Formats: sequence, structure tokens, C-alpha cells
Amino acid sequence: MKKLVSIILLATIAAGGCKKESEFLNVDPTAILNNEQAFNDPALVLSMLANFYNRQTDFSTVKNWESMADFSESFPSQNGGPKTIVERNQWDFGFWSTWDYTLIRELNLFLHRLNNATKLKDDEKKRFAAEGRFLRAYYYFEMVKRMGGVPLILEPMTWDYKGDPTYLQHARATEAGMYDFVIAEMQAIRSDLPADINIKSRASRGAALAMECRAALYAGSIAKYGAVTPTVSLPNGEVGIAAAKAVDYYTKALTAAQLLISGNAGTYALYRRNADLSENFAALFYDKIGNPESIFIEDFKLKSGKVHGFTQVNQPRFGAEEEEGGRINPSLNLVQAFEKLDNTFGPLPVKDGAGNPIYYDNQTQIFAGRDARLAGTVMLPGTLFKRRMVDIWAGYVLADGSVVTGDDRGSQKTLPGTTQPVQVVGYDGPIHGKEHTAQSGFYLRKYLDPTAGSGSRGTGSEVPFIRYRYAEVLLNAAEAAFELGQTGVAAGYMNQVRERAGLTIPLVAGDINLGRIMHERRAELSFEGHVVFDQKRWRNAHVIWDGVPMNEADLLANIGSPSKHSTQPFSLWSYKVHNPGSPTHGKWTYRIIKSPLVTGTNRFRMGNYYSFINNDIRSNNPKIVPNPNQD
Amino acid sequence: MKKFCSYILPLLAVLAASCKKDNFDPPAARLHGRLVYQGEGIQVEYNQVPFQLYQFGFGKVGPVSNTQFTQDGSFSVLLFEGEYKLTVPNGQGPFLWKKQANGRPDSITVRMSGDQQLDLEVTPFYMIRNVQASAAANKVTATFGLEKIVNGVDGKNIERVNLYINKTAFVSSGGDYSIASSQKGSGAITDPASISMEVNIPALVPAQSYIFARVGLKMQGVEDMIFSPVIKITL
Repeated sequence: MKKLVSIILLATIAAGGCKKESEFLNVDPTAILNNEQAFNDPALVLSMLANFYNRQTDFSTVKNWESMADFSESFPSQNGGPKTIVERNQWDFGFWSTWDYTLIRELNLFLHRLNNATKLKDDEKKRFAAEGRFLRAYYYFEMVKRMGGVPLILEPMTWDYKGDPTYLQHARATEAGMYDFVIAEMQAIRSDLPADINIKSRASRGAALAMECRAALYAGSIAKYGAVTPTVSLPNGEVGIAAAKAVDYYTKALTAAQLLISGNAGTYALYRRNADLSENFAALFYDKIGNPESIFIEDFKLKSGKVHGFTQVNQPRFGAEEEEGGRINPSLNLVQAFEKLDNTFGPLPVKDGAGNPIYYDNQTQIFAGRDARLAGTVMLPGTLFKRRMVDIWAGYVLADGSVVTGDDRGSQKTLPGTTQPVQVVGYDGPIHGKEHTAQSGFYLRKYLDPTAGSGSRGTGSEVPFIRYRYAEVLLNAAEAAFELGQTGVAAGYMNQVRERAGLTIPLVAGDINLGRIMHERRAELSFEGHVVFDQKRWRNAHVIWDGVPMNEADLLANIGSPSKHSTQPFSLWSYKVHNPGSPTHGKWTYRIIKSPLVTGTNRFRMGNYYSFINNDIRSNNPKIVPNPNQD
Repeated sequence: MKKFCSYILPLLAVLAASCKKDNFDPPAARLHGRLVYQGEGIQVEYNQVPFQLYQFGFGKVGPVSNTQFTQDGSFSVLLFEGEYKLTVPNGQGPFLWKKQANGRPDSITVRMSGDQQLDLEVTPFYMIRNVQASAAANKVTATFGLEKIVNGVDGKNIERVNLYINKTAFVSSGGDYSIASSQKGSGAITDPASISMEVNIPALVPAQSYIFARVGLKMQGVEDMIFSPVIKITL
């Protein structure tokens, strides 16, 4: 009996331990989620999307200050690597290239698997799919801006292990085809995206409209202005768009912009919360609370691990939260390009008609009466950041015009006729070659975060990087309307943006020309990653960056003209006058200076219009034709 | 001694032997020459006009050598012995390079065994003739004529001419290559066969008693300029 019990027990255990042979080793992993699990839980799908959002490429971003410092819009105030920006004589053909087909493949896989998911709610699934397609189009748009047409892969491809990869190799799409794709995708997905202006770091209907508008505008201008540079094209259209398509693209751009402006995607508006228009313009970039202007942003959050150090590397160095800062020094080229309040252009008055220096009672007087965006974009000498005045001044000018200055921040020297040493140069410079001082005489204001701790390495800043904002949509609409011959409509959109900048004398239809639009985009959108792509699509880059060195007369001539070249960044240094007994004693005077560190020039060659597709890519896929005018 | 025999000697032997096995000789065959038109050298911008050498058989695309002509149109590369194809990419150079029927640039087959001189015969759109330059009253004056070589559909119109001066013998438009320049648009040129230009000499720091000048011609629709030889002028 006892024996029987043990046998039964044993048999039970053995029976319980048995599995089908086929399932014996089939154990679910405990550390990895399989596709079915991952694509049937909205939180997990969102986390995959978060990964894709994080991997998008932007041209200039707060994560990398050097990407904003080029094109003579600023002087890079850091020794070592970044200084080569003003030392090189041309851009290599590979500049600005991007080729991340890993991201494209993963997005394609994501869309494919999402499509097969069964347990997600329909509306959730629609929105996720729309976001995936938005991000894929976002990256393809980024690629076409830089490379021209690229292989347009929209399905995940699978290797068949048969040894012949030919079927995986795809030729480049046409440039027009790329833009058509982006426009069509945005039109297709926008109704699946929420029309909510508070959704900014994820795709929204507003973001889809804004991207459609920008893409159509780019395509339109490439079609129209491609005739300026006939050599920048390929016979099969991988680069270059037929001129006949321009009107169609401009119409699409205007339609998309007008949908957004009319409130189809939520009531976006220009940011106007501060009566001080310059402060208002600066706040547009750091105010995160219900900001009505930003449409699609890369967001950051304190204490979350995703913060950036843009304020840390660009804050005024004197009294900063770290012993660093001041890297981007906007150039005089940019500063003087801001209009006067009467809608005219002109240099900053440094000398009078007879060539004598002009004297000012205070440091900011010389900048008075200009576009409010100047002081909102650039930190001018004599202005405040975090309630501390920046200490930018280059020295004392004596009666005979000679200068007393020092070679370190806040150096002290004894002035003639006195006995006590005094400070003879600002703690923020400018001093040639002294990194992190304001070597151009200016610091950057845009994106700088006034929150305490934003300039310290340990805390960082959560100011977002704005990828699309309402003012750009207005300017896109203005440009498209202008190109379609509706100059009155164009003036209306331009005036909205200009009025916010304090330029209250409205432009009329007859004032609008391409030069005006080019200027407006530079004034409004500088350091936001537009300058190179705008100049490329207008086929104007080789004109303004022609590689010819500049002198002072060059700098001051033709301000506001679309063909004015800007190949080297200039500086404007302020000096105190030391001339006891003279009425000018204690006043301020200015000098235009070209830094001896600026040895190179900007030279944009025809081969720079579309970046080099490197030989490895072309070896792997012989169907890819190289871009024109490169070696 | 024992240590020397047992460790160091074999080690030296291995080292000596390994040098032969692992290393191969550097390329030693020199290919050099210049751009010519009817025996006359063609001057281009320093470092801007490329030529490429290709070799078959490595399973890759792309040139094995991608180098630029110097400003007097000469070139020189060190190569391994073997067969190469030399070409100038489309749209490069102020001259016509032979093309195949499909519009792609034709190539020249180069068999390297030992040094070789190879002058590349091309057809420039223009030639700059009879260049004379002199300095007086702090100005450099240059006179020259333009001869149109390529006529018909491939011909190019003049966009502008420039007179460049520099302190060194490298003279062209870029940042390091000119201290001053003057420009004449096509509208200001009445007789292409006889053009006169002048440019003011800026302060030379440090001072020197000579200066280099060169005339360049930019054609519409051609990125690269064609130049005259560099002329040294004593001030």
C-alpha cells in the first residue's frame, strides 16, 4: 500500500512535469517585450514613439551651440575646434549631410507592426500611426533639404539570405517626389492628429500644417529659383524641380498656411505678453506656459535627465553661474541688418559724415530706434541679463585717439594724468582670442534661460527648441502670397510679424519684394536653423557667401540688399572716452573691428547646394547617383 | 650572453623578418603634367579644380585619388604601378573636358610603370592674352585681352573680370589669396580684346617691396574662373 502511494505520487509529478515536446524550450523572455506585448499597450507604443522623437535631426539646436554659430552671423568665442568656423575658406562638400536609414527602417517597422496590432483602440492606433508617419516625413524632409532626392523607403525590407542584395537597392527619388511625399503625408495624417495648441512636443494638426506649408514653400522656391543656378541639377530630377511646378507648390504652401492661420488646428497667435517688445521677443523662446506661438518643439524638463546646457555655454561670463559662457557672439553683420523704425536700413552711426567719431551718453543709445527683435535676439552692451548688467567694453580712448586696454578680463591700468589703477576693459571683454568673452562686442540673447540655475552644469535649462512657430507660418504665407502675385496679402502677413517687433509703419503691397522677405526671415528667425536652407532654396547662397574677404566699406554698403555678401563676421567695440576737460569726457564711442582671428571666408560652392553622398553609401548601392558639382 | 641568445636575438630576427612581410612599398611612380591648350598652360584657381583617378577591381565605387590642380594648372600624384583612368568630373574647370555620348565625362587611360609626364589637352572657354601689369602711384594696373575659344552652343558669356593682388605668389579670390581686388562686370567691358583694370594697393604689413598680381575671368554658368599667369611686380 505504501509502495502504491509512492508510485501514484511519482506518476502524478511526472505527468505534471510533462510538456509537449515542441513547447519544452518555448519560454517567454522576462527581460524583453515581444512585438505583441509592445504593440498592444498604448503606454509602450508611446515610449517607442518617444525614442523616435528624440532621434530626429535638426540643423541648429540648443543641444549644440556650434550648429548656430556659422555663416558669419556670429563669432565663435571658444578656442580650439569651434574657431575653425572663422578660419576655413570653404565648406567641405560633406557638410550638413545626414543619412540615417536606421531610423527610417525602425519607423517603417514601427508602422508595419502597429498596423498589425489588434488590441489597441482605433483612435489611439490612428494617432500613433499618424505620429509615426509624421516623424518619418520629418526626417525625409530633413534629408531632402540637405541631400536632394534620396531613396524613399516606406516599407521595412527583409534580407532573403540568398546572397544577392540587388533587390534591396533603391535609386534616389526625385527632389520633387520627396517634397510631394512630405506634403501628401501631412495632408493624409492631419485629421488623425489632435487640433490642440497645447500639444507641442508631439505631433499635432498644427505641426502637420506647418510642415506641409514649409515643405511646399521650399519646393516652390527651388522650382522657381533653380533657373539661377542651372548647373545645380541632375538629368533625372534627383536634384532640381521643374519651373512649371512652382505655382502649384506656392499655392499649396499658402493654402496650408491659411488653414493654420484661420484656426483650423487651434488658435495659434503671436506671443504678446510683455509691453517691452524686446523682452517679449526673448520671452517667446523661454515662456513655456501656454505659449500660443510655438507649434512643434523639442521639449526639455528639469530633473528629468533631459535638459540642455545652452544657457551655460552662452550666458554672459561675468558673474555667471559657471566660469564659462559667452560662446556665440552675434556679428555686427547681423546686428546692423535690423531695420530702423521707419522701415529703412542703415549702418549703426559710428562716425559722422566727416569721418569723426560720434559720442554717446550711454552704451545702448547707438542701438536706439531699431527693430525690437535686435535686443531680443542679441544681448547688447549696457543691457541686463538675470538683473546683472553685462560688462562689455573694450577700453579707454584718449584725446589723441589711442586706446588703453588690457589683455585679461577686467584688467587694471593707470590712465594718464591719474595715479590709481582703474579697470580698463570689461569683465565680459571684448578681448581678441580670449574665449568666452564677447569678442564681437555682443552676446546672444535668444534661448537664454533667465531661471536661476539655468547656467549651472548640474541643473541645466528646460527652455525648448522651437521647430515650428506661428511667426514662421505667417512669413511662409507672406512669401507664398508674394510669389503668387498677391503682394497685398503678403504685406498683411508681414505686417503682423513686424508690428510685434515694434515696426508699426505698415508695409504696403508695393514694398514687398523677395529682398524684403529674405530680410524679414533673417531678422525674425536668426539662430533657428533657417539661414542656410533659406539661402539654398533661393539659390542665393553662392552670392552672399562668395568667398571674397570683406573690409569696412563692404560691410557698411548695401545693408538690407539680398545680394550683400557676408563672408566674415565683424565686431563693434565700445570705448569710454578719457579726455578730462573735454565735453566728450566720460562718453561712449564705437569702433568697427575685424578680429585678427577671422582669417577665412565663407565660400559656398555650387557643390555645397546638396551635400556629398559618400562613396561607401554609393559602393553599397550603385543605383545612387552622386550630387552635381562635386569631386 | 645567454639572455642575448635566447631572447633578444630571436626577437630581433622576428622583428627584422616581420618588417618585410607586413609592409609594402609606398607608391613611387610619379604622374605629373599640366593643363594645356595648344601647348599653352591653362591657369586655374588654387585647390578648386579637381581631377580623379579610378582603378577597376576593388568592388567599390569612387575615385582612388581625388586631388586638385595647382594654380598654374599643373598636377602631380604618386601612384602604385598599374592601370588607371583619369578624368575631370562634370561641371568642374573653366574648360571643356571630353564627354561620352551619355554626357558623362570621358576618361584617359594611364598605365603607370615608372614616372610619367602627361599633359592634359583641354579646350578652355576663353584664353587671357597679352597680360601686362605694372605698379605706379600705389596702384597696380593690368592690361589684357580675352580671346573666345569655344563658340556656338557650348560657348559661355563673360560674367566679370577681376584683378587680384596678393603678398604671396598664391593669387585668387579666396580669403588667404588676395589682399585686394577690383572687378569689372561684362557691361563695363567694351572691347574684350583690350581691357585695362587697376586696383589700389593696401598697406602691406609687414612691408615688402614686391607684390603678385593675376587676372581672372568668370564666365556665366561656369563655377571655376580662368586665370592669367601670376606676375611679380616690383614696387
